[in-house]
Amino acid sequence: MKGFINYLLPRIIQWFIVIFVGITVAFIIPRLSPVDPVEAVLNKMAGYSIMNPQAVSELKGTLEALFGTNKNIFVQYTEFWGRLLKGDLGPSLSMFPVPVIDIIKTSLPWSVFLLLSSTIIAWLLGIFLGTLIAINSKKKWAKLLEGLVTFLYPIPHYILALALLFLFAYLFPVFPLTGAYGIGSIPEFNLHFIGETIKHSFLPALSIVLVSLGWTALSQKALVSNLLSSDFMKYAKIGGVPKQTRFFYLISNSALPQVTDLALSLGTIFSGSLIVEIVFSYPGLGQVLQSAILQGDYNAIMGITAFSIIAIASAALVLDLIYPLLDPRIRRG
Amino acid sequence: MNLKSIADFINHDKNLLFGIILLLIPLIAIIVSLISNYQPSTYFLFPKDSPPSLFHIMGTTSLGQDVFLTLMKALSNSLLIGILSALISRVLATLIGCFSGYKGGKADWIISVVTESFIVVPRLPLLILIAFSFKQQLDPLSMGFILAILDWGWPSKRYRSQILSLKEREFTQTSKFSGMGDIEIIFKEHMPFLIPYIIVDIISGIIWAIGMETTLSILGLFNLEIPTIGTTLYWANYYSAMYRGLWWWWGFPVIVMIVTIFGLYLLSVSLQNYLDPTTRIQRIKVS
Repeated sequence: MKGFINYLLPRIIQWFIVIFVGITVAFIIPRLSPVDPVEAVLNKMAGYSIMNPQAVSELKGTLEALFGTNKNIFVQYTEFWGRLLKGDLGPSLSMFPVPVIDIIKTSLPWSVFLLLSSTIIAWLLGIFLGTLIAINSKKKWAKLLEGLVTFLYPIPHYILALALLFLFAYLFPVFPLTGAYGIGSIPEFNLHFIGETIKHSFLPALSIVLVSLGWTALSQKALVSNLLSSDFMKYAKIGGVPKQTRFFYLISNSALPQVTDLALSLGTIFSGSLIVEIVFSYPGLGQVLQSAILQGDYNAIMGITAFSIIAIASAALVLDLIYPLLDPRIRRG
Repeated sequence: MNLKSIADFINHDKNLLFGIILLLIPLIAIIVSLISNYQPSTYFLFPKDSPPSLFHIMGTTSLGQDVFLTLMKALSNSLLIGILSALISRVLATLIGCFSGYKGGKADWIISVVTESFIVVPRLPLLILIAFSFKQQLDPLSMGFILAILDWGWPSKRYRSQILSLKEREFTQTSKFSGMGDIEIIFKEHMPFLIPYIIVDIISGIIWAIGMETTLSILGLFNLEIPTIGTTLYWANYYSAMYRGLWWWWGFPVIVMIVTIFGLYLLSVSLQNYLDPTTRIQRIKVS
């Protein structure tokens, strides 16, 4: 039990620190900026229509009260936390008065679907390919595979997604160009719609998988190369343990560091998926973020940032909590 | 290391040769951008939308810019941001990682938790928020600095674990008993072991920073007057170059960027193989 607490306590503290520091930074940065959100909104509104000065000054007062910019920064900060704990991220400026949290809620299922499926596929495939490469390191096809993985790994998500879009939607139109389902189809639970969704998500998912695969595969190769020269693997080989069983030994012994790695790289994968969603106009968080940037919707950017910090930190914590179930040393420690 | 051993090394490692050939492109870019006094922000100097020809080897944009000259400036700026960010973040990482690993105890515990927080945090939304708030004031210098602040986590964690194992070795005890101070031990005795990692890390940091800068700029979150690979692609997007068949406007930046990143990556891989004695020994055994 003691080992369990020694293991868990830092993770939980870390979860608090990530959220606290992340949210605080997300709160402070916009306030350091010379752009005043109230002025920005007023300017935008003035661009659409002519308003009389009386209405403008009333609107200014309302907006100041709404953003709380007329108060002391510490009061603002505590109020910000208070609202955040209630799940209130403020209204969106470009889709006023829709709350940001509602916008996130409608786009979140798409993001989670894309992110979850591609992360799991990339992780499992990365482990499998990395092990294969390490075992057959002298064969030509393994070298070719390693070269391919190495080539894809450093390419930024945006460029890779653009290249895939160009190749498979424009040059060889196998997959649809953008969106998450066909134009005109209604989101409902039937086979046709699911099929369409999968077809539309294939290229975005492929872009995420191809980039995130690299890191897992290359680190798995290094881990397995080390294992191969260890005594127990040599003994297993001499003792005539079948090839498949030895393959399983290798994977089960190298999977643990990979779980920790996955927990740590969730933030990076998430960032990549945001970019991919933007390129493919996939209706997830990334696209909401992009339209928020284009329309100068400051509240939405902040809300999404705060939300994603909390979400990723929690997901990493969940992975860390699963870890002891896989590692007997910590469970019994 | 003399010239002959470098030649031997290149001969032995085909990756390095390929990487160096690829890296000639950014080298040319830096030289061209230093020599030419072309200002990409003076628009309509050349005919619009002309495809690659003898006079404009990569064509011109809808803004009447020469793609080749703009791209060379852009690539140098992107590299500058990447190098700045990588250098600052790795210096930070080295200091924090060494201190945390060598000191141990409570300080190490606290620093490790903070470091891992920086690793876990999703960096893109934070960067978007920062860039969105300061878009007008950003220049390559401040951009490099902002990227650096978010990128020291991983390297710091790696250096810390290196120092942790170096600390247990006998020579650390020997130098301690012969009267060396802690800082002296870290810099004189441990640093030589760390430097290979740091060099390789700097290169991967450059790659990350270039990718991030490009992403932010494509979203319009950088000073769009400054030519970088990202802002070049932003303007190409803005004028729908993809749909109007102006392939040279967005095609060349993408190709040049991939070539640069891949060249850097190959360089880092072969440096890693060369500088890490254990893999060198493994390779000698194999061949």
